[in-house]
Amino acid sequence: MQVRSPLARARGFGAAQNGTSHWWSQRISALALIPLTFWFVFSLVTHVGGDYAATVAWISAPTTVVLLIIYLAVTFYHSQLGLQVVVEDYVHHEWLKLGTRIILQFINVIVAVAAILSVLWISLGGA
Amino acid sequence: MSQSADRPLSPHLQVYQPQLTSVLSIMHRFAGLCLSIGAIVLAVWLVSAAMGPDAFAAVNGQMGTWYGHILLFLWTLALFYHLCNGIRHLLWDTGSGLDLNTTYVTGYIAVAAAIVLTVVAWVVAFV
Repeated sequence: MQVRSPLARARGFGAAQNGTSHWWSQRISALALIPLTFWFVFSLVTHVGGDYAATVAWISAPTTVVLLIIYLAVTFYHSQLGLQVVVEDYVHHEWLKLGTRIILQFINVIVAVAAILSVLWISLGGA
Repeated sequence: MSQSADRPLSPHLQVYQPQLTSVLSIMHRFAGLCLSIGAIVLAVWLVSAAMGPDAFAAVNGQMGTWYGHILLFLWTLALFYHLCNGIRHLLWDTGSGLDLNTTYVTGYIAVAAAIVLTVVAWVVAFV
């Protein structure tokens, strides 16, 4: 028999019983970001400062397109997971917490899609 | 879950002496937040490149100013610090290095590695 009353269970009190997947996703994305970040920083710094054509050429290179899209997707995913935890830690008013998390999720998705599509757009010669 | 009761709390942040462990921990979170904002800036930069040479020149020009460089340098530092300390976290997740002495040693290593990597990246950028 359960110690918690049915009303308390219905209200959502007690342990969440889930969260392991969040923990794992955060770790796996972190692990992936280690080599990806090194690639990104050192690829970026050897190509910035050039003019528009040089930058477009760098982004359009096949290696860059693939790695950059993966890097952006994993970064925004990892960032979303992290921001979620920060909001849950510091915001205690229920609706403010929920609203902030939803807004952050929307911003992350919009910005991530914009960035990834921009890379594709550039590489396909649309720029 | 009412937060409106203004009962007095015992002092914590005001009295607890800052230690490497706690300072590095909050810096990890702070760096993560800065990186989330920086990821949005990166997306803006990519979108501007997709929009054409004029938009790109405007955004890239802002990156090239003295304040742009300062912000980029700080962002690089946040990135490498979060990366190095993140590796430290992943090490803890395997269960090793959790004793105080090892924690302090890896903490100093993480900070030093972050500074070195930032400097190397910026030297490469300007060479």
